[in-house]
Amino acid sequence: MALTRKQKRLSIIAGLGLVLAIAAGLILMALRDQIVFFYSPSEIAEKGVAPGEAIRLGGLVADGSWMQDGETNTFVVTDGATEMTAHYVGILPDLFREGQGVVAEGSIRPDGTFEATNVLAKHDENYLPREVADTLRDQGVWQGGE
Amino acid sequence: MLIELGHFALVLACVLAVAQAAIGFAFWRASGTAARFVQQAAILQFLLVGLGFATLTQAFVASDFSVRLVVEHSHSLQPLIYKITSVWGNHEGSMLLFVLILVLFGAAVAAFGRNLPRDLATLVLSCQGLLVAAFSGFVLLTSNPFWRLDPAPMDGTELNPILQDLGLAIHPPLLYLGYVGFSICFSFAAAALISGRIDAAWARWVRPWTLASWSFLTLGIAMGSYWAYYELGWGGWWFWDPVENASFMPWLAGTALLHSAIVMEKRNALKIWTIFLATITFALSLLGTFLVRSGILTSVHTFASDPARGTVILGMLAVFIGGAFALFALRAPALRAGGLFAPVSREGALILNNLFLSTATAGVLVGTLYPLVLEALTGARITVGAPFFDLTFGALMVPLLLIIPFGPFLAWKRGDLVAVVQRLTFAIAATLIVSIIVFALIGFPMSLAPLGLAIGFWIMIGALAELADRAALGRRRPGASWQRLKGLPRSVYSTAMAHFGVGVTVIGIVCATAFETEVITAMRPGETVDVAGYTVTYEGESQIAGENFSADRGTFAVASPWGTTHEITSERRTYLVSRMPTTEAGIDTYGFSQLYIQFGERMAEGGRVVRLWHKPFVTLIWLGAVIMAGAGALSLTDRRIRVGAPKTARKKAETAQ
Repeated sequence: MALTRKQKRLSIIAGLGLVLAIAAGLILMALRDQIVFFYSPSEIAEKGVAPGEAIRLGGLVADGSWMQDGETNTFVVTDGATEMTAHYVGILPDLFREGQGVVAEGSIRPDGTFEATNVLAKHDENYLPREVADTLRDQGVWQGGE
Repeated sequence: MLIELGHFALVLACVLAVAQAAIGFAFWRASGTAARFVQQAAILQFLLVGLGFATLTQAFVASDFSVRLVVEHSHSLQPLIYKITSVWGNHEGSMLLFVLILVLFGAAVAAFGRNLPRDLATLVLSCQGLLVAAFSGFVLLTSNPFWRLDPAPMDGTELNPILQDLGLAIHPPLLYLGYVGFSICFSFAAAALISGRIDAAWARWVRPWTLASWSFLTLGIAMGSYWAYYELGWGGWWFWDPVENASFMPWLAGTALLHSAIVMEKRNALKIWTIFLATITFALSLLGTFLVRSGILTSVHTFASDPARGTVILGMLAVFIGGAFALFALRAPALRAGGLFAPVSREGALILNNLFLSTATAGVLVGTLYPLVLEALTGARITVGAPFFDLTFGALMVPLLLIIPFGPFLAWKRGDLVAVVQRLTFAIAATLIVSIIVFALIGFPMSLAPLGLAIGFWIMIGALAELADRAALGRRRPGASWQRLKGLPRSVYSTAMAHFGVGVTVIGIVCATAFETEVITAMRPGETVDVAGYTVTYEGESQIAGENFSADRGTFAVASPWGTTHEITSERRTYLVSRMPTTEAGIDTYGFSQLYIQFGERMAEGGRVVRLWHKPFVTLIWLGAVIMAGAGALSLTDRRIRVGAPKTARKKAETAQ
């Protein structure tokens, strides 16, 4: 099969275009379905997040709320206005403290509590996760860090 | 006094770089005097910045607390190695390291690039000088590591304990050698665009620098991944964290550049694309620097977020990359297309490689920037995490990995796919047999894992098959094959080795992801838990005191399935100065697999929460990367592309005649 110079070039470009189109479609689809929204407890109450949807929950760990039963941890995440109970099985990050910021990945259970699959570690004492800091500032619970 | 000397040396280097760039750009066509000045300036800059870096290191080693940076990031109790690594374990120091590596590559071109045409060498060094001027100016004006503090405090505030690890001694320098090393490729690209010398020879000159940077970046990323794996204690080795992506995107683009430069070198084709890739690779490095340093992403790499610094880096990114693209727009139309080729050919395979790699880069870029853009536009706060990248990146990698073994078998210009499949029959059969044996042994899990493993085997066997084919193994006498094998150029070996390394990494990723075992449980001393055939007994905890921390150390006795016993210790440390707790995971390696133990909180009723993982073949992930980097190094020793050597061989041949 002898292709002319033009045909060769066209066939290459068509092949490239096809792959690019598929990739672009894939990326757009993934961007619609695979992203994870960050919410504070108040936003969850307002927006009515569906149980089972993967989200990130952020806020402060309420004082005196952290309970351990073997490897199961229960704590309350608050943004000053609304509270949400979270469960986590595993070892919490070293800097997990009551009264400090926390970001938990997971989903809401049918009973309205939060099932965390991952609790994010902070890397130093002064650092409040940025999303949490923004939210708390919006809610008027915490000023500073600006 | 020394620190002022270092400060002065850096100022001098900055001024020298400005002069170098100005003189180089003005007189690159003209005299040899300008060329000599530009060369000497490059070497002098390296000495000056090296002096600055040395004085800062000296201040850290001597715990000179009149230097602000030492106060903020070091402490007299720190072990010596962490006093030294503290130099770059902070924003200011790491930017100085950035500049040091910029000038290192400049000096290397000046010293080893003697065979480059004079005008091209002058332009490359002038571009590099411009980069040095910009970045040393940035360090001096916004992130000066040499400021004094008066009065000097009695002691410092300690390096972030999570960074007090040997990883900090290895990961940043390697990563920067790669990341910043691509600056020289950028300078080569800019020089080519300015001089109009865009040909196969250019590709040959730039290739060793690409190879060196790429090898370092490969090692740097692998080291960072292993460090995160054992230090952060989450048991994961890659998180698709934006900061990881920031280093991974230049790697993907750099890998594409390595391959497209081959086409340009051998066939004088893909010229515009190769220059574009050289530009974009360094642009992605700069973008990574911006993302990491501006504080718009929070991570362990964000030392002190200062939006002003981010803005300056973004400005530099815009100027350099915008400038390169403007040159590009001027030059590109004048370029004539090079060698013709059929879609099925070595060129075609390398184009496919580039297509998939650059699309994957774009996918990672979109996923990394999308949250920032969305938040700026709508205020919605989202995370684009592993599911997005696994889907898009994974889907793009599967076809790329499948075609790897075909590439080296295809002929230039016009390949014959049927003939290639025939020559690969043996490899295809071997892959199927190995895969079937493995699945018969471990059972056939209902997941994508078998496909992943088969792809890994296919790449490894395909790499060996290429060597066997070139040696005509089985078609000639064994002795003749051996002679042919010995006579193969090193670049052939390095191609096979790099591809083999990819296969090794793929196997490691698939095994560690699909077949890992995780157990989270509460344990009291004397209790036993079974993890993937390993019997782990918690023996108890003890208090220990390190140089600058105290720790609770849990001791575990492990009986492996084949009867050996080991002891693993895992610690929860509290650092004395910052009062910051960290976890030291306990890791023991069995063959290529690892047992990983994280020691948790003390429970009210006594005992500890313990998280244990068995990670089969996990070390292959990093071993594969080391093999790839080794292949890069091997390729660098190939006489045909060795830095500065391209003419010597011919001269020797002429003398011999």
